[in-house]
Amino acid sequence: MNEPAPTLLRARAEDLAGRLPPLLAEADRLATAVMLGEHGRRRSGMGDEFWQYRPAHPGDDARAIDWRRSARSDAHYVREKEWQAAQSVALWVDDARSMGFSGDARRPSKAQRAQVLALAAGLLLLRAGERVGLADGRLAVRAGQAQAARLAAALIEEGGQDYGAPATAGLVPQGRALFLSDFFGDPARVETALARAAEQGVRGVLLMVLDPAEESFPYDGRTIFESMGGGLRHETQRAGDLRARYAARLAERKDRLTALARATGWQFACHHTDTPAAPALLWLYRALERRR
Amino acid sequence: MWTLGPIGFTAPWLLLGLVALPVLWVLLRAIPPAPIRRRFPGVALLLGLADERNVSDRTPWWLLLLRTVAIAGVIAAFAGPVLHPDQRRAGGGPLLVVIDGTWADARDWPRRLDRVATLVTEAGRAGRTVAVVSLTDLPAGPPEFQTADVWQARVPGLQPQPWAPDPKAVATWAEGLSGRFQTYWLSDGLARPERAPLLAALSQHGQVTVFETPRPVLALRPAVFKDGKVTIEVLRPAGGPAATVTVTARGPDPSGQETDLGTAAAAFAAGATMAVATFELPAELRNRMTGFQIAGERSAAAVSLTDDTLKRRKVALIAGVRDREGLELLSPLHYLREALKPEADVIEGNFTDLMMANPDVVILADVARLAPEEADSLQTWVEKGGTLLRFAGPRLAQSDVSRDAEDPLMPVRLRAGGREVGGAMSWGQPKDLRPFPEGSPFYGLAIPKDVTVNEQVMAQPDPTLADRTIASLADGTPLVTRKALGQGQVILFHVTANAEWSTLPLSGLFVEMLDRLAVATTPEQPTAADLKGTTWVPQVQLDAFGARHRADQTAGIAGEALAAAQPGPKTPPGLYAAQVRRVALNVIGPGTALAPTRWPAGVPVEGVQQSRERPLKGALLSAAFLLLLLDIAASLLVSGRLRGARAGAALLALALLMPGHARADDAFALRATHAVVLAHVLTGDAQVDRVAQAGLTGLSQVLAARTSVEPDPPMGVNIETDDISLFPFLYWPIAEREPLPSAKAYAKLNDYLRTGGMILFDTRDGDIAGYGAATPAGQRLQDIAAGLDVPSLEPVPADHVLTRSFYLLQDFPGRYDGQSVWVEAAPPDASKAEGMPFRDLNDGVSPVVIGGNDWAAAWAVDDTGAAMFPVGRGSAGERQREIAYRFGVNLIMYVLTGNYKSDQVHVPALLQRLGQ
Repeated sequence: MNEPAPTLLRARAEDLAGRLPPLLAEADRLATAVMLGEHGRRRSGMGDEFWQYRPAHPGDDARAIDWRRSARSDAHYVREKEWQAAQSVALWVDDARSMGFSGDARRPSKAQRAQVLALAAGLLLLRAGERVGLADGRLAVRAGQAQAARLAAALIEEGGQDYGAPATAGLVPQGRALFLSDFFGDPARVETALARAAEQGVRGVLLMVLDPAEESFPYDGRTIFESMGGGLRHETQRAGDLRARYAARLAERKDRLTALARATGWQFACHHTDTPAAPALLWLYRALERRR
Repeated sequence: MWTLGPIGFTAPWLLLGLVALPVLWVLLRAIPPAPIRRRFPGVALLLGLADERNVSDRTPWWLLLLRTVAIAGVIAAFAGPVLHPDQRRAGGGPLLVVIDGTWADARDWPRRLDRVATLVTEAGRAGRTVAVVSLTDLPAGPPEFQTADVWQARVPGLQPQPWAPDPKAVATWAEGLSGRFQTYWLSDGLARPERAPLLAALSQHGQVTVFETPRPVLALRPAVFKDGKVTIEVLRPAGGPAATVTVTARGPDPSGQETDLGTAAAAFAAGATMAVATFELPAELRNRMTGFQIAGERSAAAVSLTDDTLKRRKVALIAGVRDREGLELLSPLHYLREALKPEADVIEGNFTDLMMANPDVVILADVARLAPEEADSLQTWVEKGGTLLRFAGPRLAQSDVSRDAEDPLMPVRLRAGGREVGGAMSWGQPKDLRPFPEGSPFYGLAIPKDVTVNEQVMAQPDPTLADRTIASLADGTPLVTRKALGQGQVILFHVTANAEWSTLPLSGLFVEMLDRLAVATTPEQPTAADLKGTTWVPQVQLDAFGARHRADQTAGIAGEALAAAQPGPKTPPGLYAAQVRRVALNVIGPGTALAPTRWPAGVPVEGVQQSRERPLKGALLSAAFLLLLLDIAASLLVSGRLRGARAGAALLALALLMPGHARADDAFALRATHAVVLAHVLTGDAQVDRVAQAGLTGLSQVLAARTSVEPDPPMGVNIETDDISLFPFLYWPIAEREPLPSAKAYAKLNDYLRTGGMILFDTRDGDIAGYGAATPAGQRLQDIAAGLDVPSLEPVPADHVLTRSFYLLQDFPGRYDGQSVWVEAAPPDASKAEGMPFRDLNDGVSPVVIGGNDWAAAWAVDDTGAAMFPVGRGSAGERQREIAYRFGVNLIMYVLTGNYKSDQVHVPALLQRLGQ
C-alpha cells in the first residue's frame, strides 16, 4: 500500500487544492500589509541601481569610467552600482501533529498560523528578489513569484510524527533560515540543527508558535493528557496543581531556546495564535533582514 | 407493619439495606472521579511531573453525603414508609358504626365515608359482622349485623340529611337494641339532646369509641333587615381564635344567572361563638337576593335562604284627584301611603314615569278612566305579572267603566251608582265583614269588630262573580274581587282607600290584607297566625351539602305547621311558596345556637384527621431523584467538566427558574417614554399588525417632517400584558377574529380612557359598508366596545377641533373615503358665541375616535419610504393620501394639545382686553 488509491489521491489533491488558495491569499494579504520595497545591500557591487560616483583609482578599467560625469569636472569618476546579491532563505515549518492543536474552535491551529506566517514571509522575500526554499530539502531555494505557489503546496503537507525537529538538509551555506514550530519536541535536536546551521554560516530566526491554552494551562480536575498523536500520555489527579510547574517548564524551554539562539547568532521570539499575525510577520522580516 | 414514631414501614426488612451505606461511603470515597481525556501538545512538558499529593484525589465529603442521602432516600422509599399508619383495632364481636348524618357532617362527608369504609373493611378482615346506622335515617328495626362485604356495597350510598336527628325516634330505636357489640360513633361534633341518652344506651351493649373532626362547623342564622341594612349572624360551636368568615349574598344577575351580589366579612373575636356580617345593598339587589352563603363551606347550615322578609316591593300610587290641598286625611292615598311606607318602596308621580320605574304593584285609588295608551301599557304590564290594585270611590262609581262589558282592568262589571248603607239617607246599619272563606287569600285573618262599610260600588251578578270574590260583606255583597290577567292579577276593593266609605283603612286588618295580597311584606318572620289557613308548597329544597334543588311534586303543608316547623323529613329546609308569597325554612332558625358535644370522660374520642394514612414512598423517591440530579451537576463541577457551555447551560437553567420580567418591563417603559411613541394594539392578525406598524411609521415620518412632534418608531402593544398608560395614543385596527380582551385588560383600557388616553378604532371596512354593525369588523368592534367606558358619540361636527388642530380639514379619508368618523358627542347646550364661527366647546378630548377608513393603509410606508398601498387613482388618490396624512397630523395634534385650538378662538378677545 505504498501508492494511495487513485480516489484517495484525488481526494487529497482536492483537499490540498481547496486549502491552497486560502493559504496563499491570506499570506499574500499579510505580505501586502508589510510593504518595504526593494532592499539593497547598502554597498557597491553588482546590481542595477545606481549607488555612487567615486573618483577613479588607478587600476580601474577605463570602461568603468563614467564619462558624462567626468566631463563636468577635472577628475575621472567611476559610476558604482549597489550590490544586489540575492539572499537564500530556507524555511522550516513544523509539520508535526502537535502543531494541529487549537485550544478554542475560534482560533486557528498553530500549524495554520505558522504556515501563513512562513508563506507570507516567503512572499515578501520573493518580492524582494531573494531566493526562498525549504530547509528540509524538498524544495530548493529559487527566486521568482512562481516559487510562491510551490512553497504553498509544499507547506500544507502534514507530517505524521508527534513532535517535529528542524531539518537542515536544504540549508544554503551563508544563507538565512526561518524555523517555525512549537518546539515542544526534544530540544537536543533543535540544538543539533542549529549547530549544523551555524557550521554552515547560516543565521536565522526561531519563532515559537503557541496556543494561549498552552501558555495558561486552564485545566482542572483528574485528567489524562495525551499528545496529539497519542504517543505521549500523562495522568494527573489535579490538573490545577500542575499549572505553576508547567508554566515554569515552559519558561525554562523558552529560556533554553533564547540562549541557544543567542549562542548561534539567531533570533528567537514567541508568537501566540490569539494575537494578530501581522506584527509577528513584521518582526520576522526585520529579524531576517538584520545584517550581520 | 413496623412503626417508628408516626411513620410505619410496610417492608421494614428493606431498611437493612441502610447498613450497606457505610460500605458505600468507603467505596465512593476510594473511587476518584473519572478522568477527562485531553489532547494537549504541552504534555511533553508535563512528563515526569508527579502530583503534589500522593493520595489519589478523593470525592469531596459533601458529594459523598449527597449521594449517601440520595441512596438512603431510595432505600427508605422502597421500604414503604407510611405516615400515621392505621392501627389495627383490637376487639371482637359485632361492630356498630353510628353516623350522625346531619348537615354538619356534610362538610367532610367523603372522608367520613372513607372512615366508615375502612372500619367495615377492617372488621371484615377480622371476621366481624358490621352494621352501619345513620341517625337521621334510622332503619325501621334494630341494626342488621351482616358481613362486611354486604355493607361495603351499601356504605357509598349513605347520604347526610339537612336536619338533626329526631330525639324521640332515636330514643325509640335505642330501646330496640339487643346483644353485645362494639360501637364506633362518627359524631358531627355538635351538642344535641339525643346524645347523652343514646350514649348511655350504646354503652350498655359494649365499648363506645367516638370520632370527631377538630374542624369547626359554621352556620348562618336567617338574615334580618333593619335600618336599611341586612345583618346576618354567623355561628360556630366553640370559641376559638379570632377568625374572619366571608359571607356571600347570592341571587340572579339581570340575565337570570345565579351570581354573587355582594360579600361581607364576619369577624369572630377570639373566644366568641358569634359574628355578624352586615350588607348594605341597594334595594334592587336586595330584592334579587335569594340567599346567603358562607364562602368555602359546604353544608346546609352555611346556606341561609331568604324569603319575602328581605324584599321590599315597589308600589306605585296613582290617585284620580290630586288637588285637594289641605285635606291630607281625606286624600285617597294617605292611608295607603301610611300602611305601605314601612314595608314597601312607595313611589308617586305621573303615570308614565311610574311605569318606567317598573313597579311590582300599581295602586289606582278611585281612578276611573285611563287614556287608551295608558290602559294598554298597564294591561301589558299586568299580563307580564304585575299586580294592579284598584280602590273604588265617587269617580269610579259615577263613571261607566266596566258597566256593560267587563273592562280588562276591572275584575268584575259594576252596577251604576253604587250603594250606600247605614248613611243618613239610607236604611239599615253599616255592614260588617263576613269571615273570609277558605280559599281566599285572607283566610284566617281575624276581623276586628269595628270595621264597617257605609258605601261601596256594587258588582253586577255574573257567573264568575263568586269565584272572583275574595272578601264580602255580611250580606254577601262582594267587598274585594280579584281576577287573573295573564300572569298578573287585578284586584278591586269596592270601597275607597280613605275612610270616607268604610272604616277598613283605619284598622289593622287593612295592613294585613295588603300583606296577604303581597302588596307589602313584613320584615318579621311570619307567625302561625299570619300563616293560618294557607297552604305552602316547597319550591326549593336544600340538601345537606347546601345545594339547592327544585322541589317539584311535593305535597303542600299548612301554614300553621310551617310556622312552627323545624327542619325534618316532613318539612325539609328550603323555600316554600303560597301563590306569590314565599317563606324560607332554614336549617338554622333565629334562635338556634351551636355548642360542642361534651363527651363523658370514659369515652375515647379520636379525630378523623389524625388517622389518615399517608404513603411517603413517592415523596421520598422524588427527593432522592432531585438529589441525584444535583449530584450530576456537582460531579461535573468536581471533575472540572462544568466549564464553558455547560456552565452556561446550568446558569441558564437556574435563570429560567428565576422571575426575570422586571428588566423587560423597564426596557419597554423606557422605549415607550423616551419620546412620543405612537402605538397600535396588536390584534393577533399578523398582516393587520404589520400594516398598522407601517402606517404609524409613515405617520411618524410625516409628523417629524412637518411638525415639531418627532415621534420614535411606533410600537405594537399587547393590551393584556403591556402597560398602555405610557402611550398618549393607541391605534386599534379591528380584525374580525380578534379575541375579546380579558376583564383585566378591560379595566386597564377603561382606566386609560378615563385618564386622558385616546384610542382610534378603525374597522378598515369603509369600502364595503356604511359605518355600523353590518360588517363583521363592525360587529367585532361592538363586541369589543361593549365592555369599554365609551361616552355617547356623534359624527365629527363641522366645528370640531379635529377639523382645525393643525390643518383645516372637513373630511377624514384614509384608504377609503366618505364614511363618517365618530367622536364623543358635544354637550347639547353648547352654543355659538356671538360672532364666532365655532361653538364654545372648551373642555374634554374625545377618548375615542371611531371610523372605518383604514387610515393605517393610507399612511403605511415600507422600508424604502415608499407607500405600501395604492390609494384611489392617480393624482386624486395621492391627494386623498395627503389628506389622510393631514388627518393623522390633526389627530395627533388633537391628542397632544387637546382643545388648545379651540381656546385660540378667544385670542382676539384676550388681546383686546390686554390692550386696554
